[in-house]
Amino acid sequence: MVENQTARPIRVLVAKPGLDGHDRGAKIIARALRDAGMEVIYTGIRQTPEMIVEAAIQEDVDAILMSILSGAHMALFPKIIELLKQNEVDDILIAAGGILPDEDIPAIKQMGIQGCFGPGTSTEEIISFVRNNIQGERLSVEA
Amino acid sequence: MKNIVERLLQGDRRALARMVTLIENELPQAHAFLAELHQHSGQAQIIGVTGSPGAGKSTLVTRMVRELRKQDHKVGIIAVDPTSPFSGGAILGDRIRMMELAGDPNVFIRSMASRGHLGGLSTATRDVVRAMDAAGYNPIIIETVGTGQAEVEIMRTAQTVLVTMAPGMGDDIQAIKAGILEIADIFVVSKADKPGADQTAAELTMLLSLDPNRRQSAWRIPVIKTSSLKEQGISELITAMHKHYAYLKESGQITRRAQRQLHSEIQNLIMQAVAKKLQAQIDPEEWDALIAEVTDRKRDPYSVADSLQTRIGLNSSL
Repeated sequence: MVENQTARPIRVLVAKPGLDGHDRGAKIIARALRDAGMEVIYTGIRQTPEMIVEAAIQEDVDAILMSILSGAHMALFPKIIELLKQNEVDDILIAAGGILPDEDIPAIKQMGIQGCFGPGTSTEEIISFVRNNIQGERLSVEA
Repeated sequence: MKNIVERLLQGDRRALARMVTLIENELPQAHAFLAELHQHSGQAQIIGVTGSPGAGKSTLVTRMVRELRKQDHKVGIIAVDPTSPFSGGAILGDRIRMMELAGDPNVFIRSMASRGHLGGLSTATRDVVRAMDAAGYNPIIIETVGTGQAEVEIMRTAQTVLVTMAPGMGDDIQAIKAGILEIADIFVVSKADKPGADQTAAELTMLLSLDPNRRQSAWRIPVIKTSSLKEQGISELITAMHKHYAYLKESGQITRRAQRQLHSEIQNLIMQAVAKKLQAQIDPEEWDALIAEVTDRKRDPYSVADSLQTRIGLNSSL
């Protein structure tokens, strides 16, 4: 049987870690990914690292996109990465957006967060980033 | 590494999550896994929560689960939201309302897109229930997409159907229409803190009293007012849910419902196989050519369907 294994929708978790309540950006991204044919699980605002990681596991997403404007990224991102490691999750693409100062970006990428998107990023850029960087084996058969 | 089915049966959340993905994407090995999981299922009470968009389904489910957790149930939730008919994408937003349940290891929430399936669920929903059931979740609550009047498929998947109505959604003529209002085992009038809730509840009660079959059934469909805001009516609802399950068991209805559901499930599997075969054997160009002939009145839809059926090995209909 011929199966078109890449035809399945990409599943993305859009999450807002931390305490800032501004999710217009997250909603615009969610909508753009939806229009690009992806299934977007939006968690809402004020998510703890535990909530984000648990949602990513239960929903078996291909990517986690986090939006953060509060400046708490250097406290929250390492926790999220650590929790993913504890749960042996190593096949999810992770990216971040929002207000991320240039000097923090090398450290953020070092953690394993592959994409950093600041203000002014086009939605097309994020869509193609997700499409091009999802781990190939996630789109194929494996148990 | 252990087999995914073994890990799922031992309660491994990641194995369950991956299994749901395999089922949803109709991957070839899913049927073999499901055949195995079927042997371990049949333990859970399956509850459907349906109602129009904005009726308060997600919030109600959250409150119900909080109550069920007090009683130490391990709860599975399947929340279905619609897929865009244009892009094929979806926004699955039910987790926003269920935030307070996140982080509880005894609650497993899976959001599913309807993926073009009509009826309020997705094609894979029933199989996902099977996987959660085998993984030891009980009860399993299915939240349908926001439904209109005719999306009644939940009755073919759930054992207990909750129809949720918010006050102020229409007069009592709405309530005697056929369709979604006929499938309720329990009516929930949500947002009971809002004006009009008493009237909605009274209209539903009136509608139920007009049902000529009600005396023949030992189950009296309750109308329960709930307010998630004021946290009212939730424990009453859970009690009604347990009572309904007891009624299904005592009356033997549970077996009859299961038989009906399995009948429709097997029929669906056959129809899916036929659809796949048709897709695999008739290429798009041939479709176009055939449709052009029908458009030009050179042929008719019936004879085309007949010849295609013969092509895929179904006997001609006659």
